[in-house]
Amino acid sequence: MKSSVITFPGSNCDRDMDVALTKFGFKNKMVWHDDKELPKSDLVVLPGGFSYGDYLRCGSMASKSKIMQSVINFAKSGGLVMGICNGFQILVETGLVPGVLLRNKYLEFICKNVFIKLDNKDNPYFKNLDKDIFKFHIAHNEGNYFCTKDQLKEIEDNNQIAIYYCDDKGQTEDQFNPNGSIKNIAGIFNKKKNILGMMPHPERMIDQSLSGADGSLFFKNLINNIK
Amino acid sequence: MKISAIITLKKDVLDPQGKVIHQTLDGMGFKDVNEVRQGKYFEIDVKENDPTKAKGVVEDMCKKLLANLVIENYKIIETQ
Repeated sequence: MKSSVITFPGSNCDRDMDVALTKFGFKNKMVWHDDKELPKSDLVVLPGGFSYGDYLRCGSMASKSKIMQSVINFAKSGGLVMGICNGFQILVETGLVPGVLLRNKYLEFICKNVFIKLDNKDNPYFKNLDKDIFKFHIAHNEGNYFCTKDQLKEIEDNNQIAIYYCDDKGQTEDQFNPNGSIKNIAGIFNKKKNILGMMPHPERMIDQSLSGADGSLFFKNLINNIK
Repeated sequence: MKISAIITLKKDVLDPQGKVIHQTLDGMGFKDVNEVRQGKYFEIDVKENDPTKAKGVVEDMCKKLLANLVIENYKIIETQ
């Protein structure tokens, strides 16, 4: 299975993502933002970081970079595109997934492990996972998911909410919401569910001795789903 | 000619920075403030000299890049 990770100026989770994808069997290529053509890929990943120094709005500059037109075409033709953290911010700026990511409610950069709950498994990312609650890492300043009332109704009607922030038992009360996101939303799909944007970093949870193993479960399952 | 654009958050969107500025102003003794909303200001010198056309160019920029219309409004002002 072939994957591509896009590196923007200011990306800093691109190599972590490369390590994670390679560890679980992807043949990964790093792709520079200024390239026009995407290599043949089964999965394209927009990694975390601070592309273009977060100028204007997080992800706004990266969403207009040269490679993104190919990524948008790939996504629109049904290809799997996953945006993590800054990658999620880039996805919302392209309009591939609905909503925006605002500054965290309490104006703090948040860097900690959180629990997240999957909402539905009828998609190529979570299908066949045998648990619903995962421990992932978040590290962001602008992860406060916001959308209009009409958009919220639409994403709920289409089951587009991918993951929620929760506690270890899967409760999604306000107190388990780290950044003020509407409805504790931590990740969103597009309508077809081939595009996933999420703030938590599965690639930081691929080694039990360093952090945790929930990311390993995610990547192992993902490659099996794509095969 | 120079065209300015002011980008502001829409009414329903939470502006935590504006809130903190309001609180700080309050602490400094500015007690007559109802609300503070923070925005962005752009001054763009375009090659076009026809005011209507120049504003049109900047409006296009606002729609495509400078503002995110999910959360922000823009207002265009001719400055020169």
